[in-house]
Amino acid sequence: MPTTPATTDDRSSVRTLLRLWPYVRPVRMRLLTAAFIAIGASCVGLVIPLVLKWLVDGPVAEHDPEGVWLGALYLLLLGVAEALLFGLRRWLVARPLAHVEAEMRAGLYRHLQRLPVAFHDRWASGQLLSRGTTDLMLLRMFLAFPLTFLLVNGVTILVGVVIMLLQNWTLGLVMLAPAVPLIALSAVFEKRYAHAARLAQDQVGDLTTVVEEGVLGIRIIKGFGRHRSQARAFRELSGRLRGTELRKARLLATIWAVIMALPEVAIGATLVVGAVQVADGSLSAGTLVAFLSTALALRWPVESIGFLLAMSQEAATATERYFEVMDAEPETETVPALPSAGSSGTGLRFENVRFRYPDAPAGSPPLLDRIDLHIRPGESMALVGATGSGKTTLTALIPRLHEVTEGRITLDGQDIAELPREDLRAMVAVAFEEPTLFSASVADNVLMGAGATAGTDELNGALSVAQADFVHALPQGAGTQVGEQGLSLSGGQRQRLALARAVVGRPRFLVLDDPLSALDVHTEAAVEAALRQVLAGTTALIVAHRPSTVLLADRVALLSGGRITAVGTHHELLRTNVEYAHLMSGRPTEEEDDDR
Amino acid sequence: MTAPTTSVPTAGDAQDVPRPKDADDPFDRDILPSPPGATAALLRSLLAPLKARVAGTTLLLLLQQAAIQAGPLLVAYAIDTAVPAFRHHDHGPLIAVAVGYLLCALASGALQWAFIVAAAHVNQDVLLDLRGRIFRHAQALSVDFHERYTSGRLISRSTTDVESLRELLDEGLQELVTVILSFVYISAMLLWLDLGLGAVAVASFGPLYLLVRLYQRRAGRVYRERSTAIAAVIVKFVETMNGIRPVRAFRQEAANDAAFRTLNRRHEDTNGNALLEMARYVVGSRLVANTAVAGIVLWGAYRVTDGSLELGVLAAAVLYLRRLYDPIDRLGMFLNSYQSAAASLEKIAGLLAQTPSVPEASAPRQLPPPRSELPGREVVFDGVRFGYRTGGEVLPRFDLTFPAGQTVAVVGSTGAGKSTLAKLLARFYDPSDGRVLLDGVDLRDLAVPELRRGVVMVTQEAFLFSGTVAENIAIGRPDATREEIERAAKAIGAHDFISALPDGYDTDVRKRGGRISAGQRQLVSFARALLADPAVLILDEATSSLDIPGEQAVQRAMVTVLRGRTAVVIAHRLSTVEIADRVLVMEGGHIVEDGSPAELIAGTGRFADLHRAWRDSLA
Repeated sequence: MPTTPATTDDRSSVRTLLRLWPYVRPVRMRLLTAAFIAIGASCVGLVIPLVLKWLVDGPVAEHDPEGVWLGALYLLLLGVAEALLFGLRRWLVARPLAHVEAEMRAGLYRHLQRLPVAFHDRWASGQLLSRGTTDLMLLRMFLAFPLTFLLVNGVTILVGVVIMLLQNWTLGLVMLAPAVPLIALSAVFEKRYAHAARLAQDQVGDLTTVVEEGVLGIRIIKGFGRHRSQARAFRELSGRLRGTELRKARLLATIWAVIMALPEVAIGATLVVGAVQVADGSLSAGTLVAFLSTALALRWPVESIGFLLAMSQEAATATERYFEVMDAEPETETVPALPSAGSSGTGLRFENVRFRYPDAPAGSPPLLDRIDLHIRPGESMALVGATGSGKTTLTALIPRLHEVTEGRITLDGQDIAELPREDLRAMVAVAFEEPTLFSASVADNVLMGAGATAGTDELNGALSVAQADFVHALPQGAGTQVGEQGLSLSGGQRQRLALARAVVGRPRFLVLDDPLSALDVHTEAAVEAALRQVLAGTTALIVAHRPSTVLLADRVALLSGGRITAVGTHHELLRTNVEYAHLMSGRPTEEEDDDR
Repeated sequence: MTAPTTSVPTAGDAQDVPRPKDADDPFDRDILPSPPGATAALLRSLLAPLKARVAGTTLLLLLQQAAIQAGPLLVAYAIDTAVPAFRHHDHGPLIAVAVGYLLCALASGALQWAFIVAAAHVNQDVLLDLRGRIFRHAQALSVDFHERYTSGRLISRSTTDVESLRELLDEGLQELVTVILSFVYISAMLLWLDLGLGAVAVASFGPLYLLVRLYQRRAGRVYRERSTAIAAVIVKFVETMNGIRPVRAFRQEAANDAAFRTLNRRHEDTNGNALLEMARYVVGSRLVANTAVAGIVLWGAYRVTDGSLELGVLAAAVLYLRRLYDPIDRLGMFLNSYQSAAASLEKIAGLLAQTPSVPEASAPRQLPPPRSELPGREVVFDGVRFGYRTGGEVLPRFDLTFPAGQTVAVVGSTGAGKSTLAKLLARFYDPSDGRVLLDGVDLRDLAVPELRRGVVMVTQEAFLFSGTVAENIAIGRPDATREEIERAAKAIGAHDFISALPDGYDTDVRKRGGRISAGQRQLVSFARALLADPAVLILDEATSSLDIPGEQAVQRAMVTVLRGRTAVVIAHRLSTVEIADRVLVMEGGHIVEDGSPAELIAGTGRFADLHRAWRDSLA
């Protein structure tokens, strides 16, 4: 079952939340203004009881009808002011906060696109997605409510307490008594809740992963009739999430119950003390009403602190999760140092290249060990090796999808590590083993491989090289939408489009990873014929499993045990190299080679 | 060799013939039709099994509100009765007030605790139910549905859309009940305190109700737009992350940023609209409420001055009034979550209303006992025709019989209909006309477990699920022992590479060192199929990424494995044909040649051509 890195370091929530500042900065004035307005609105709410007191003790007691009208008018004006201020606050922050959320999401997306491929190998996209959706929504809600209202309620409570103390300091002190235990309890609560909130969010991410895999692997699940066991696995995970959510609820219930009961006890105490004072005559009935009215007006600000803290806590863990991804180092652009002096030759050259995955277990042997290979300009080289020997990894080094661990790769004498990736990838075109198409038209998908100036001619040229003439028979020809949101094409069709994409830009260097595996024999032969023309002037590395593909190339390199063990023409190697002969003809060797 | 362990998003299995795309296709607009009232029905059906607990939870809330709302009543009693009594040295009433208030405070706290916990149980059970339903339903829907409904949308249904229901349940329902209860409760109190004042308060509900309706209508539209917008964002996000290699290699980062920005901007706008709608509502409702307070106070105070109302009653009424309108904002929040949840539920209901085009058998039949020792069964295509519902005939009517134990190779160019034939046999699709029979039983009459003991299909798309290699193989037969798993892996030559992984069979395919190449993944899917031990095995391009020795190892294994089994093998490489008893050549949906490999090779037909071309390619 999927698990995620649930790092619960003891970083305080406040410090975590402070990391949001760069995103909040652009809207800080709006937020601040909104907070002040909210404070204003709350204060208006606190003034209303004072008007009531004045009304009860003054005009009502004195039977002064005009005073009553005046009092009611004040009330109305204050009410209108309160309503407008509340609305103004929301209006001020609505668009800015939606903007902050969107910016953070765009930032995450931008960052993820630039993280090393190795990062994506490790992270299930469900976990990434839940950071980009639910977590960011939590953050927006935090900025909209808890952030403002913790401040507003704090000030409101403060002002209310001052008003109460001014009205009657003994009653005021009675009201204040529960503050100390409340604060202490909240601190304990915060810590526990943080842990549960983080766990729940991670479990949501796991659940997303299962959903995603359930969809992407639907044919396997259906093919084996496993949807029930899939559903069982899902139920187990969602049951676990339910358990965590219930734990959160119990924590929240406890803090809320305390926050609710303690002030209420204090209000009861003030009522009794106040009643005694009214009986003594040391307090007016109006003052008591106003006092209690103020106390009651403060009840919501006090009670809400419980869930505001809970929301802040969830926002803190959401921030933590967000920055877990944002803190991952993107591929840094090496500043092209001195253009490497003394060009070490032309074409594509691997010099003493060693590679191991950065996340490989320590002490494991490198996957590629001292690779030396030279592909002359205009030459095409086939790369042959047993399943799992590292062919795809080797091809991924050329466009720097992974970085070599040691040694260097040069293109026409230039170390690729010194080339900006952008430029490097413009020079090298790749057709991957898995032909991924994006939700766009066929034309867009293919022209992705060319410069901005490429047009219909280039497109048609590439399509005809790849024998992808089926495109013209699609409902809207090359304008037909394909990919996730469009027409689904067969594996062979997708592979031909991926090939067209690789050749459309007439790149100087071409890397083809088993480009013809899904094609039928006739199509394969036609593609090969057309591809030979393209390859004539291109330096190419072609991963091949079959003699027909190997024959596209001028020479063949054999990858075995992490090294290039032989280079030569197909026929030479067939004669002289037992392993090669085995790979190409299937005739068994004395002992099967170990794959890794 | 390495490749991402996730599949590509477009991993749509080879669909032989492009499906015509309909401009008004609801799939394109992310709005699936659902019968009217489906949303409400869905919500009802989710809550129905929890009726008793919902009632219990509501009761807790009721009691809790009673405890809270008793406060002002005690204030009125204290001012009007206890104070005068105290003046006359009767301490009883004041002590009663003290004890009463203390009890109310403790009760409200305890009840609040009980309520939150009880409500959380209800909510979590509803969510568990809904998540499970979406997941199970999505799994039950047929492959052709999944070819049209993108994975991103399905994910957004079961994440953000469920999340918005969670918000509704977590905050919304509690708000609603609190609001209604306090409306009813306080109105009753006010009416009891003073009929006139109470009546005015109740009258103010009229404009409030209109306001709520107006808001509901406007917000509904906005929320639907927002839900569609976030789904589009998710689709783009998932597509990019799953296709990160080509994104990088073809320098699509900037273009993607721009495209994502557009989608994200649309979401931002609709999100902002939703928040603004809420702001308007808050202003409106507050205005109505505060005007009503001012009016009632005016009238009440007026009546105190002329002596028709007691001061204590006015004081209590004023305290109640403040409370009466307090929850209006919360009503707004409820409407907020309700609208957002309704928009989401509508989409979920639309998804759940989709009926599988390949439904499970309602009255399942058993397969007859095997006719011989051997596992194979006879397959008959009886007058089968297949076309997509949107039109376009893929396979014209044909009849075909595979005797039990026969290995049939199907060849032909891309788009000839080979995969469709295989999918009909695997019951990924049902024929438009005619029947597919397994030992005389229509596939449509077989329950899923029975069907999958009968037929299993291995495709070229070799997806690995999170988990260990062993778990991935065990998908073929979940109750298999480790020995059986290893035996299956050994049989097709996957054992060596699996043993070389850091933790062998227990290597997590997503964890350190768990990178598995495309060819190796195909071996894992083969092992899966072997373990499943079906009567009929379909291999659709299942060896395309293997090298020749790997393919030959698989073929050697297949000679043993397929012995006695009925097998259908689709392959471009004709090497497979060498182990076949019979070859079908397809062209444009028709079976154009049918015979033993030797016959066909000796002949002058297409297969003889293909075979020659393939021989040459091996040179």
